[in-house]
Amino acid sequence: MPGVRVAGVGVTAFGNAPERTGRDLFGEASAEAFSDAGVDRADVESLYYGNFMGELAEHQGHQGPLMAEAAGIRAPATRYETACASSSAGVRQAVKDIRNGEADVLLVGGAERMTNLGTQGATEALAIAADDLWEVRQGMTFPGAYALMARAYFEQFGGSREDLAEIAVKNHEHALDNEQAQYNSEITVEQALDAPMVSEPLGLYDSCPISDGAAAAVLVSEEYAADRGIDAPVAITGTGQGGDQLALHDREHLATSPAADEAAAEAYEEAGISGVDVDLAEVHDCFTIAEVLAIESLGLYETGEGIDAATRGETAAGGENPVNLSGGLKAKGHPVGATGVGQIADVVKLLRGDHVNSDAVPDADVGVAHNAGGTVASAVVHVMEVQE
Amino acid sequence: MSDSEEVRNEGFDDALDAVAEGEGYYLECSNGHGSLPPRRVCPDCGDTELAEQRLPASGEIDTYTVTHVATPNFADDAPYVVAIADFGPVRLTGQLRDVDPEAVETGQVVGVDVETTETTGERLLVFERR
Repeated sequence: MPGVRVAGVGVTAFGNAPERTGRDLFGEASAEAFSDAGVDRADVESLYYGNFMGELAEHQGHQGPLMAEAAGIRAPATRYETACASSSAGVRQAVKDIRNGEADVLLVGGAERMTNLGTQGATEALAIAADDLWEVRQGMTFPGAYALMARAYFEQFGGSREDLAEIAVKNHEHALDNEQAQYNSEITVEQALDAPMVSEPLGLYDSCPISDGAAAAVLVSEEYAADRGIDAPVAITGTGQGGDQLALHDREHLATSPAADEAAAEAYEEAGISGVDVDLAEVHDCFTIAEVLAIESLGLYETGEGIDAATRGETAAGGENPVNLSGGLKAKGHPVGATGVGQIADVVKLLRGDHVNSDAVPDADVGVAHNAGGTVASAVVHVMEVQE
Repeated sequence: MSDSEEVRNEGFDDALDAVAEGEGYYLECSNGHGSLPPRRVCPDCGDTELAEQRLPASGEIDTYTVTHVATPNFADDAPYVVAIADFGPVRLTGQLRDVDPEAVETGQVVGVDVETTETTGERLLVFERR
């Protein structure tokens, strides 16, 4: 089976850019990815592109061909949509194509324009990831859904708002020097606890911001990289996806993420690793509680034991399980369709040694990216490893 | 039909009508799995024999949240309490209204009814303390 290498990655700054179009954002990210890869655009055989709310934010469907144009490639293009896990689902397709021998060079990525909708408008747009009839019509928002999960977690396993605040403080700390992050500001546990409530028990600092941004990556077969002398030291060695019932109330458990358990199990089996082999993880912390569910699904912690990992300093730079060295969605930002490939770009740079926080993990060989859609009705996990 | 006429969601709106009349129901497959309509197949086991069963009169609050940042459709309703209540064969998401959010606790026993939102007048499921 042909191996899959990440030849190059490109990410725009995530943040507040309401006037920038999706096509402009993706044009920038893809240009950087091609430049990083040293791959000729003419060699690209397909684009797999993630986007969630383009119809609402830009009145734009059928974004695949539009984004191929923006990237300067002439190739078939398909949009993937699994809510916040959209672009990772596209990566998964690309990995399969290369392994199957059907393609040697693929462009993956995603973009989201959100801040032009305003806070209420973006809240409404994000809510369409839930069950419209049985959840959204009762007033459930996306922060509200994670708040329901957070309280269920506290009831079942213990933990407190202070533990969640420690996660936000840690992720802000990680993003201090990350110029692509939306926030480069330190926060304290007290500030997080005193911030306005969004949906109790989650406050403003438990929530990722609303962001604009794009991310792209050029994936190539091992053979193509070798033939062309392309320096691509990081391989994608595992891909996994899990699914669950859409509505939170239809799940057996309200405080775990079995779809991510399945995604991790599949990706780990392919890569031949387990949770103890993971040197660093970029996980989907759309809300602080989501980081807890993620590190438990990834096998970094047992179920019910991830809540105080940040409080104990274990998931911080220098800790035994560094999580979200990029700042995570919390501090880096969460332009939904771009997030999955943005995580992969961070893992690749951390492993290559050219990330702003690479010094925290000088000997890292194995990184994972965990990307979740909705209340984890969709989850995609990728394992990346440095190859000799 | 004019463009402005509200189109019903068959199955869902019928279920809400029934709840409003105090005759709420859920769907049960022949293996005893509960689910919410509209459905043609049991999401748990794939069984296609689905029958309407009377929704138990009371459920228990599993988890809840007080939502302060609402969508435009609930702007005038905020802050409001959203809860998931376990009715046995199915769980429901609904709002707890006319209650001090501080007084809400998991494990409380509630019934379910249909009311309309402050902001748009759309129907929604509400839980009432028993």
